[in-house]
Amino acid sequence: MDAILLQILNGLDKGSAYALIALGLTLIFGTLGVVNFAHGAIFMIGAFTAVTLSKILSFSFVTLSETEKNFLGNPLEVKTPYVVHWFGESAGLGIIDWAVPLAILFSIPIMLLVGFIMERGLIKHFYHRPHADQILVTFGLAIVLQEIIKAFFGANPIPTGAPEAFRGSFDFGVWIGYAENAIIYPYWRLVYFAFAALVIGAVFSFLQFTTFGMVVRAGMADRETVGLLGINIDKRFTIMFGVAAAVAGLAGVMYAPINSPNYHMGMDFLVLSFVVVVVGGMGSLPGAVLAGFLLGILESFASMNLFKTILPGIDQIIIYLVAIAILLTRPRGLLGRKGVMEE
Amino acid sequence: MKLLGLNEKDTRFLLIVVALTLFTPIILQPFAEDSGLAQFNAGYPDLMQRFAIFGIFAIGFNILFGLTGYLSFGHAAFLGVGSYSTVWMFKLLNYNVMPGLVLAIITSGIFALLIGYISLRRSGIYFSILTLAFAQMSFNLAYSVLTPLTNGETGLQVYTSDPQILLGEGGLTTTHFFGIPMNLSWQPEVLGRLYTFNFGYYFCAVIAIAAFYLSLRIFRSPFGLMLRAIKTNQTRLNYTGLNSRPYTLAAFVISGMYAGLAGGLLASMDPLAGAERMQWTASGEVVLMTILGGAGTMMGPVLGAGFIKYFENIFSKINSSILHAWFSALPDGLEDFIVAIIYPFVGKGWHLTLGGLFMLVVIFLPGGLVEGGQRIAALVRRMRGGKSGDDADRQSKAASTAAE
Repeated sequence: MDAILLQILNGLDKGSAYALIALGLTLIFGTLGVVNFAHGAIFMIGAFTAVTLSKILSFSFVTLSETEKNFLGNPLEVKTPYVVHWFGESAGLGIIDWAVPLAILFSIPIMLLVGFIMERGLIKHFYHRPHADQILVTFGLAIVLQEIIKAFFGANPIPTGAPEAFRGSFDFGVWIGYAENAIIYPYWRLVYFAFAALVIGAVFSFLQFTTFGMVVRAGMADRETVGLLGINIDKRFTIMFGVAAAVAGLAGVMYAPINSPNYHMGMDFLVLSFVVVVVGGMGSLPGAVLAGFLLGILESFASMNLFKTILPGIDQIIIYLVAIAILLTRPRGLLGRKGVMEE
Repeated sequence: MKLLGLNEKDTRFLLIVVALTLFTPIILQPFAEDSGLAQFNAGYPDLMQRFAIFGIFAIGFNILFGLTGYLSFGHAAFLGVGSYSTVWMFKLLNYNVMPGLVLAIITSGIFALLIGYISLRRSGIYFSILTLAFAQMSFNLAYSVLTPLTNGETGLQVYTSDPQILLGEGGLTTTHFFGIPMNLSWQPEVLGRLYTFNFGYYFCAVIAIAAFYLSLRIFRSPFGLMLRAIKTNQTRLNYTGLNSRPYTLAAFVISGMYAGLAGGLLASMDPLAGAERMQWTASGEVVLMTILGGAGTMMGPVLGAGFIKYFENIFSKINSSILHAWFSALPDGLEDFIVAIIYPFVGKGWHLTLGGLFMLVVIFLPGGLVEGGQRIAALVRRMRGGKSGDDADRQSKAASTAAE
């Protein structure tokens, strides 16, 4: 039992990332009808806002120490981050330590802006072109964004730590009545899952309980009629594109401590996220979330030794196998509406 | 003049392609060795072989995407399968490339049949994702459990302990075609230019011409017409009572075999095969080549393949010291400024240029470089003659049908 629970927990962090990216993809597809291959790149940009913020916060000036000397006998050069200078020792170091959670605040406006620019500048012109063209142009955009990040940050992964308080692991099993050391779980992954749940809840309640969300949902169901009622649906859809970008960006920000960000992390996640969207059902928001978590958990189950000895390599291909099976037997996906993109 | 069942225009077209291919070592070596522009010479065997091989790959991809409109994002899987098959033939028999190439075509054909049979049940974006899923699956398996077959991360290569039952005493230990080694080269020096006529290149080139001829025949055949009909309106085609799936499957298998052949040739030039050849970025590359050149046209994919491989090899070698040397005539501040602007787009950053260029092509020039060429030709004609624009357009269309 505890082994099963452990695998479920292990699947949660990847599942959260899949769910968040797939949610954004589905928002874009459901509202604008655009297949966005650049969504992985947005996820990556999110992760790099965390990197950038932690770099900015640790900008330092150099002073010569009066007491200490280095091995040559010269005064030792001491680097002091500006924030430490401004806010004092403990507060300054605390701010640097909490760079990743702080980046959430900064990334929301940045990602909204990135989304607006992408939609207004490029994707707007592709509504009436075939899906293949949309895939191709966003694929090109993904390459460009990826290369820009590579030019600024280099090709190597940049380790970006979680705050001190959330580093390391804790004994999750004891909390829920299992023996000691049965379920050891890293703090940050739990934080990530909670954060993902929060974001998903926020997006759904935004769509469900606000007038804006109601109009957007109406537009997803029948864009033309909503337009005929005198509502500027295009403007709202542009904002939804920004929201979708912000969701993917937030997923990226919080993922930075789990895997050191590198310039191709977006592409790695993109392929899987598309598979997730297809399994959940094109255009179905709950489907994307459900499929994200399901496939994340399934992947972690498949990596158990029990299954690996029977079917070697199953952990590498399980997601694709599921996707192929779903596409062939139930093309609209788990929760897809009947008649939406079923060909 | 008509040849090999082609009409006059196509024969002329094919002959031009043959001539261009045969004289590639001369055409691509326009700058003298000691001149500053020598680094733009592309007439060295390794690169020319890549032109021919990726030309074959893109021609094959175009048979599927250009004719039927099915966008496969998993064609690199067949490239990888072809490479692995060929290297296995080197390991088991000897370094003669023929058995390897034949096996590469057969295995990739079988793979394409299996993957195509399943993937073609869906169309549009679902087809793209299914092919992507299959290719990623092959890539992941090749890296992990199939290590006995693929040698995992190291990549499959020939070891001296391999059986090589046909090698015999003193047999050739480099890849060869019935005794003629692939690295055989003749290097005359004319007017300060070093020309390299390499057997490996000509071997690839002859196969590429054959592949081009075959695809020309497919484009002009009733089968090709049927594939175009699928692209235009599949639903209507189905309503006429015709089952279109055998046609798309045939196109998929043919293009898979082209990819397998290209993979086999890659291994024949350099007896190595690695799983990274199957990664989806490699599939993306052939999509880039085909779109950049012009999907659905005969020459487009070849041009696109040549373009990308040329820039990959030549553009990526430009570093900041070369840039500084070029702009050294300018005042210092301006020189640094211009170099700083250009530098991110060349050298290691050439992918940025490629991605940007690709976006521009998709946005403004859906017909790729071929369409660009046609537009320029039409513009020139309009500017030169007193003819009305419409007339010039019609003429340029007539002139360009051969290229389509």
